[in-house]
Amino acid sequence: MDAIILQILNGLDKGSAYALIALGLTLIFGTLGVVNFAHGALFMIGAFCAVTLNKLLTLSHVVIDETKTDFLGNPLKVQVPYVNDIFGEAAGAAIIDWSVPLAIFFAIPVMIAIGVIMERGLIKHFYKRPHADQILVTFGLAIVLQEIIKYFYGANPIPTPAPDAFKGSFDFGAAIGFDANTIIYPYWRLVYFGFASLIIGAVFAFLQFTTFGMVVRAGMADRETVGLLGINIDKRFTIMFGLAAAVAGLAGVMYTPINSPNYHMGMDFLVLSFVVVVVGGMGSLPGAVLAGFLLGILESFASMREVIDIIPGINQVIIYLVAVIILLTRPRGLMGRKGVMED
Amino acid sequence: MFGLEKKDANLLLFVAALAIFAPFILNPFPEGSAMAQFNAGYPDLMQRFAIFGIFAIGFNILFGLTGYLSFGHAAFLGVGSYAAVWMFKLLSMNVIPAIILAVIISGLFALVIGYVSLRRSGIYFSILTLAFAQMCFALAYSVLTPITGGETGLQLALDDPRILGVSQTPEGNIPVPGLFGLEMRESFEMAVGPWVFTFNIGYYFCAIIMLLSFYLAIRIFRSPFGMMLRAIKSNQQRLNYTGLNPRPYTLAAFVISGMYAGLAGGLMASMDPLAGAERMQWTASGEVVLMTILGGVGTLIGPVLGAGLLKYMENILSKINKGVLEGWFSFMPDGMSDTFVFLTNLFVGKQWHITTGVIFMLVIIFLPGGLVELGKRISGMFRKKDDDNTKSAKAEPAE
Repeated sequence: MDAIILQILNGLDKGSAYALIALGLTLIFGTLGVVNFAHGALFMIGAFCAVTLNKLLTLSHVVIDETKTDFLGNPLKVQVPYVNDIFGEAAGAAIIDWSVPLAIFFAIPVMIAIGVIMERGLIKHFYKRPHADQILVTFGLAIVLQEIIKYFYGANPIPTPAPDAFKGSFDFGAAIGFDANTIIYPYWRLVYFGFASLIIGAVFAFLQFTTFGMVVRAGMADRETVGLLGINIDKRFTIMFGLAAAVAGLAGVMYTPINSPNYHMGMDFLVLSFVVVVVGGMGSLPGAVLAGFLLGILESFASMREVIDIIPGINQVIIYLVAVIILLTRPRGLMGRKGVMED
Repeated sequence: MFGLEKKDANLLLFVAALAIFAPFILNPFPEGSAMAQFNAGYPDLMQRFAIFGIFAIGFNILFGLTGYLSFGHAAFLGVGSYAAVWMFKLLSMNVIPAIILAVIISGLFALVIGYVSLRRSGIYFSILTLAFAQMCFALAYSVLTPITGGETGLQLALDDPRILGVSQTPEGNIPVPGLFGLEMRESFEMAVGPWVFTFNIGYYFCAIIMLLSFYLAIRIFRSPFGMMLRAIKSNQQRLNYTGLNPRPYTLAAFVISGMYAGLAGGLMASMDPLAGAERMQWTASGEVVLMTILGGVGTLIGPVLGAGLLKYMENILSKINKGVLEGWFSFMPDGMSDTFVFLTNLFVGKQWHITTGVIFMLVIIFLPGGLVELGKRISGMFRKKDDDNTKSAKAEPAE
């Protein structure tokens, strides 16, 4: 029992990332009808927003500290970040420590800007082109974006730690009545799950309870009629693209402490997220979220020792296997609408 | 000639001439001159031109004719490589059985994967093939390590049986792949004045096979079977209504193009007898898509040109580094040359992927027909007529 709970928990953080990326993908597909292969790159750029902020905050200058000396008795040179000068030592240290959560505020405008520029500059011209063209051009864009990041940040993963307050793990087992130390779960992953749920909830609430969201939903159902009613649906869809980019970016920002970002993380996640979208059902937002968590948890179950002993290698292929089965038996995915992209 | 129409025969002759004189054409600059870094006439690169040409020709039979965009074609290339290396390990170092086995095994793989994937079309087909290729890749990396060599790749060893050959040469080395005594890596050089031309046996072997597969592709394009594939691309529904089942045709196209990929993989292993899982990764599948689109989807010569261009850029661009750039821009004033070096440095050296990505995007946006369409447009500009022809010749992108 405790093993099962542990695996479910382990699946949640990856599942959250899948769900967030798939949510953005589905939003874009549902609104604009575009298959965006560059969405993984947006996730990666979000992660590098966190890296950039961390680097900016730790920019430092050298100060000669008279109180400390090296072994020869000379005063020691100390690197002092500029934030310490501005906010004082304690506050500066705290800001640097909390750089990843702070990066959320940095990433939102950046990601929305990137999303809007991408949509207006490139995607706009591909509405009427076939899906294959959309896939190919966004695939090219993804290559370019990822190589630019590689040029500026190098090919190696850049560790970006979580705030000290979230270091360490939570003894989940003890909290719900199992033996202590059987179910241990890092705090940051709990935070990530909570954060993802919050974002997902916010997106759904935005679509469900605001006028803007209502118009967007109407546009998803019948774009032409909404346009005929005198609503500038293109503009709203552009904003939705920016929003989807922001969702992917935030997923990336918060993921940095779990997995040090490198330039190809976007592609790695993208392939899986596409599978998630397909399993959930093209164009279905709840389907994307559900499938994201489901596949994340399935993946973590498949990597259990006991399971691998029975079917070796299953942990590597489980997601693809599920996708193949779903695609062949239930073409529209778990929650896809009937008739949407079913051929 | 060879049962081809005159136009196609000319095309075949043109490609044959390109292939035969490649060592001259690709080495236009004298050895030791400043431009020598743009020479591409060395065996390794020429072999890759031919091998990836085969790969792209095969991919084009599927994507260009039927419009099914496979994002997992590299899996067949990888399988072919593994099969060929196993043949070297078990049977002999002759390349013929290795290549034959590579084609057969990858054909079988393509049959299984195609049978399943082709039940869906459009983006679902892309994702299914991608999923299968990623599965192959993941398994080759982990569980199948005894067969695939895992992370280190599959390599020849001194104690391999090699039933029909020798386990090791008298000197105690691993024998090299060859064709009835002709070693693939053997080459001889011809010096003409300051120029040095290299003729490599491996390259000519690849080139002959490339020509054969090109010929076969022409025959497929011009056959009733090819017409049927084109019909599938232009309107599958109508085909269904006329009472035809398109699936056997698409499956046949898929298997043929998988066999082409396996052939390319087998050749790759014949030139350099090792095989690694990274050949199956989806980035490798993306590369062949890039080549085909760059050259021109659905055209005969396009994939060959695209493969050549991409491999040329990969090798030449990645050789240019900051030092070379500084040399180029040294005639400018200091500040200006620094900016130019910085800007161009983004596109060369290790960052050559950016260049290909940008070119690829530009091609998709402005030239969906690739290089072939570019050529047509340019020649159309000179002729100042039959504008309609070029328009109707525009390759229909797949759905």
